[in-house]
Amino acid sequence: MKRVYSKEEVCIACGLCQVHCLVAHSESKDIIKAYKKETPRQPSRIKVQQKGSLSFPLSCRHCEEPWCVYSCLTGALQKDPESGIVTVDAEKCVGCFTCVVACPCSAIIPDFHRKKAVKCDLCPHLETPACVANCPNQALIFTDGATPVGTKVVAETAAGR
Amino acid sequence: MARKHFRYLIIGNSAGGIGAAEAIREADKEGSLAILSDEPYHTYSRPLISEYLAGERTLEGIYFRPADFYEQKNVQPILGKKAVALDLAGRLVRLESGEELTWERLLLACGGKPIVPPMKGDGLEGRFNFITLDDARKLRPALKKAKEAVVIGGGLIGISLTEALVKLRIKVTIVEKMGRVLGAIVDANVSRLEEARLKKAGVKVVTGHTVQEVVASADRPEAVGGVVLDNGQKITCQILGVAVGVSPRGELVEGTDIKKGRGIVVDRHMATSHPDVFACGDAAEAYDFVYGVARLTPIWPNAYIGGRVAGFNMAGKKAVYPGGTAMNSLGYFGLPIASAGLFDPPEGNGYEALSHLEGEIYRKVILKDGRIAGMAMVSDIGRAGIIFGLMREGVDVSSFKEALLSDEFSLASLPEDLRKRRLSQELASPISGGGK
Ligand SMILES: Cc1cc2nc3c(=O)[nH]c(=O)nc-3n(C[C@H](O)[C@H](O)[C@H](O)COP(=O)(O)OP(=O)(O)OC[C@H]3O[C@@H](n4cnc5c(N)ncnc54)[C@H](O)[C@@H]3O)c2cc1C
Ligand code: SF4
Ligand code: SF4
Repeated sequence: MKRVYSKEEVCIACGLCQVHCLVAHSESKDIIKAYKKETPRQPSRIKVQQKGSLSFPLSCRHCEEPWCVYSCLTGALQKDPESGIVTVDAEKCVGCFTCVVACPCSAIIPDFHRKKAVKCDLCPHLETPACVANCPNQALIFTDGATPVGTKVVAETAAGR
Repeated sequence: MARKHFRYLIIGNSAGGIGAAEAIREADKEGSLAILSDEPYHTYSRPLISEYLAGERTLEGIYFRPADFYEQKNVQPILGKKAVALDLAGRLVRLESGEELTWERLLLACGGKPIVPPMKGDGLEGRFNFITLDDARKLRPALKKAKEAVVIGGGLIGISLTEALVKLRIKVTIVEKMGRVLGAIVDANVSRLEEARLKKAGVKVVTGHTVQEVVASADRPEAVGGVVLDNGQKITCQILGVAVGVSPRGELVEGTDIKKGRGIVVDRHMATSHPDVFACGDAAEAYDFVYGVARLTPIWPNAYIGGRVAGFNMAGKKAVYPGGTAMNSLGYFGLPIASAGLFDPPEGNGYEALSHLEGEIYRKVILKDGRIAGMAMVSDIGRAGIIFGLMREGVDVSSFKEALLSDEFSLASLPEDLRKRRLSQELASPISGGGK
């Protein structure tokens, strides 16, 4: 399946992916309204991870065997057998946040205001997820490539050691 | 007597049973499959009986799977019927109704039964357990006339019940035998924070005491009127909730060759000592990666994942249980708590505890030989998953252990190879050698 991968070499931690994720998941889909009018504000589903000069954004990996789905107390989290996309059914979710502890990437964001778990849904209403489309440095790619960046780097690192 | 045959028979229509049924159907679409439960309901989420009791969710609102689940998965539900005997030689389960079910592979996902401490005068109207949907359904009408409740047990189930009662404007006193609430899953700092929240919500918390006697109401001798504690203290109540916990329901294997400790003992394939009988969930002792042995770890995710592993193996696909441990995410009375594994380091033996407490923000990890053996996070639980993931995989965190408690902790804090692995698709899977 197509997933979002990040390139830490070019990420400058500008945070625009977070901004556009928030907007894409807002009511109005309008950047000003999403920030000024919609309260509580939607959390971003992608988070820039940063340490010193290293930075890269992270969102859900849509795992083949998702810990979050298997840990969900209510059945709100499901992996679509066709598309492979892992989503939260907000109606069913009770905000117990068991999934937050279960995900090894901390890719599920607890929305304490709404008492709901939120996560990347790969923007089903858009052709390209908003984070990818709006990164000014092309630090995010959306691909089902046989050698997605992340995996390739792992292979190289492993070989180089 | 009527006799039916199934390739797969699952006893238990909850986390473990559903996990297994879904895995079986991924591996085998055809083989006949039945799920048996003495509860008459569509599969529901047990932890949500509290929301149901509080009137926040309807019965359909706590369904664990869609209403057409059984048809969709080609599963025969046999609900409201109890298995009373297991015959291994005949590969047969006998029901209370007299019916008999034969099977080729059997899963015991029987869960637990409530622990009820002995109390003088017990047996009056107004005394409830809090484990099943039926418990919640019986409680509901009884609460209409009630003003005060005593909840025995300040653990997860007790606090869950208390929260529902408080929402219904009942005055609650928790009586906890240990010195503090949640004492089985968190340390004293976390207990103190939770107790403060309880008190703020008007809940009285009595610790270090037990209920010795249940006394009848003055005007209705058949009903609960109050309790007497072991120190002689009397507390008036119309509702007495027993929420001490559960013990594994292992009655079916009693008298068979299947090995049982406190729970039904299973290997890393979730198989019991009988190769075609599997067990999982609250009924089973399965591998705990913190202790390195099979133990009771009665939480929902472990039941589901154990069930999934059992299901694959039952359908002939090798799958290995990665292990589970006591892991919980609680949000009672608005206080987010994430905890897993040990909460205090055992004396000596190279354990180390790192912690940071500031108001209601708390972070703690317990290390053993560089590996995480326990964690607790209060308020800010957003990165608990990264830490729990490291714990589950047994990663040596010595080189970055200080970062674990920092405000800035993220995947960027991890060593490069590990970080790259998290970003790729090569996440350690809950089921190795599984499904695909
Ligand atoms: C109030 C409450 C709150 C909880 N909160 C949490 C939480 O926040 N997080 C968490 O992780 N866990 C929580 N738990 C624990 C969680 O619900 C259990 O770990 C989980 O339900 C175990 O699933 P299981 O499939 O092993 O068994 P169960 O859910 O106990 O289901 C077993 C089923 O098998 C049936 N059965 C047993 N024997 C027979 C028989 N002989 N014949 C027919 N049917 C039989 C039982 O009636 C039952 O329906 C909570 C539990 C309670 C009660
Ligand atoms: S939320 Fe976490 S565990 Fe779930 S699919 Fe995404 S990355 Fe995997
Ligand atoms: S927070 Fe919602 S999605 Fe996450 S485990 Fe709880 S019910 Fe499921």
